[in-house]
Amino acid sequence: MSTGYIGNTAGKGAVRYAQKRAARGRPVRQHDSAGRRPGWASYLFLLVVFVVSVFPLYAAAMYGSSTSTEIARAVGDLPTWFPTLVLLENFREVVTASQFNFWMAFANSVLVAVAVTASTVFFSTLAGFSFAKLTFRGRQVLYVTVIATMAIPAQVGTIPMFIMMNDFGWIDSLAALTVPTLVTAFGVFWMTQYLQEALPFELVEAARVDGASMFRTFWSIAMPAARPAAATLALFTFVGSWNSFFWPSVVMRSQLTMPLVVPQLKGAFTSDTGLVMSGVFLVAAPLLVVFVVAGKQLVSGVMSGAVKG
Amino acid sequence: MSTRSAVPPDARRVGWGQRLSRWDIKVSPYLYVSPFFLLFAVFGAFPLLFNVVVAVHDWHRRAGMGDFVGLDNFTWVLRQPLFWRSLENTFSIFLWGAVPQLVLALLIAAVLDQNLRVRTFWRMSVLVPFVVMPVATAMIFGQVFGQFGLLVPNLHELGLLTGSDSPFFTDRLLSHMAIGSMVVFRWTGYNALIFLAAMQAVPRELYEASTVDGAGRLRQFFSVTLPSIRPTMIFVTLTMTIGGLQIFDEVRLYDGGGTGGGKGGADNQWTTVVLYLYELGFGDWQDRLGQAAAVGWIFAMIIAVFSLVNFLLTRSISSSRSRAPRVTRAQHRAAVARARAVAAASTRPEAAAAAAPGRDGPPPDAPVHDTDVHEGASR
Repeated sequence: MSTGYIGNTAGKGAVRYAQKRAARGRPVRQHDSAGRRPGWASYLFLLVVFVVSVFPLYAAAMYGSSTSTEIARAVGDLPTWFPTLVLLENFREVVTASQFNFWMAFANSVLVAVAVTASTVFFSTLAGFSFAKLTFRGRQVLYVTVIATMAIPAQVGTIPMFIMMNDFGWIDSLAALTVPTLVTAFGVFWMTQYLQEALPFELVEAARVDGASMFRTFWSIAMPAARPAAATLALFTFVGSWNSFFWPSVVMRSQLTMPLVVPQLKGAFTSDTGLVMSGVFLVAAPLLVVFVVAGKQLVSGVMSGAVKG
Repeated sequence: MSTRSAVPPDARRVGWGQRLSRWDIKVSPYLYVSPFFLLFAVFGAFPLLFNVVVAVHDWHRRAGMGDFVGLDNFTWVLRQPLFWRSLENTFSIFLWGAVPQLVLALLIAAVLDQNLRVRTFWRMSVLVPFVVMPVATAMIFGQVFGQFGLLVPNLHELGLLTGSDSPFFTDRLLSHMAIGSMVVFRWTGYNALIFLAAMQAVPRELYEASTVDGAGRLRQFFSVTLPSIRPTMIFVTLTMTIGGLQIFDEVRLYDGGGTGGGKGGADNQWTTVVLYLYELGFGDWQDRLGQAAAVGWIFAMIIAVFSLVNFLLTRSISSSRSRAPRVTRAQHRAAVARARAVAAASTRPEAAAAAAPGRDGPPPDAPVHDTDVHEGASR
């Protein structure tokens, strides 16, 4: 670490102290993400974390790559450590299974996730724009209400929600999965936080002076400014919707989504572990593709949300 | 906006366009936030109130509302041994998931908070489990912890286990640990990144000062890092509590579901409250919506109380580590001043007396390295 830096932050005495320590062979080290490189132990640790992180899906693919005899023989070990063509055979068997309609479930999942994501992003940005940049009576109270609703444990309302869906005639319909989550408190909170900082009041004022309507101002000024946060919100919403299992298993019967396929696997394939695990891999894999494409965005999303949380 | 409001309110001759524009300004803000409130009213607030109605009635899926039964559903639930068992299971699984998760997440965050090579790769790698479908995780962990999985046969080999069944399914405590490990798997990396972001916002001068004070890296972690990220720790613990107590996916599919499965084990070793609620309402031969609604209410109260206790506990634990509840500018300055004093003392003993700890030192020279730089890196 440079002595100039120490001098700037802690004074001349500290510089002398640092030099003395360096002379004794114990230099003052910078605790800093821009400072010295960490040792091999850190990398080894992170490597272990990485292996653990990817192992379950890897294991699923390996079981999926094996026949039942191979799995029966490999007690206490993975049946194979490298993927084989058996995996593709198993995939084909899963998607053509007669016990459930895999492609229908896939289409349902995509449909619901896309609809929920698009709507959540749009309405959250709209509300966020209003809370962050418009002045109206009751704004503070309403915003606090939005935040307070986030603390309500959602699953407590399961039974009344089920009864409502029943009355609406939405049991086994995609509307039950889509409509209740068209906009979320988290989304509104997220976009408000972002727009408060990212969108200067002057821009909004300027658009208004130029005679743009409120909606026009939102559409051409706020929407473009909100794009980074909107992309992150879209990712979170999509992941949440794709993986959600509890509510779909309450309201869906014959119409399946991807997570609902999973409990069907064991019954359908009479516990052929290879087939079951290839099915498990198949329903989880699409998000892996999303992660490879947009993982960086997800990381920065988690981290930027934290600073404010 | 200001030009519009400059028009006196009593100006009679306003054109259509202007009237429309005023209406636009007045109504639009409410219009834009209304989708959320409409949706929340129908699918958030109303079910919460409606739950009370359901809970005091006999209610079935097909027959709908039956007789008014008062608090019978509540007393019925409180007399069920399975309710209490599932409550115990829920808290046990929560603890096995939350405690290792917090410790590991802090450790991973501390390791990530260094000048790593390919740091984006490492950050991404810890977030992989977050996108893996929880029911898929449950199936895979169920396989790994199973009788012929990766663990049990090897433990047999080592002589650590006897008996033919997998104790991770038959034994209550071990099944809780196995399910807790799925929670740890899913959320540790996510929380580590949250902690990492918080750690990067800690003023670097605090580390400098403590280094000059002679603090090692471990001491720095406990005396500088942990107290500084206290608000984040409270936030993480709270969200972890509310989410973790409602665990369902992992317990439902731990044994693979299928015929007769998904109920939390033969002896309900790992049935949780939400699974119990689900089974009461929608399980085979059950159809007790009234009782299930009662469970919902009781559990909501328990979560609320537990969150509050947890909040108070986290606050007191993380503040007992240091008397400073939050690092203010003044404390930051004082720390730097103390560091100067110590450094000066090592060369000139008489200066140490002049700059005694606790006394406000002169403000430090402008730091060349401010926190903004690090926040920039985290975005």
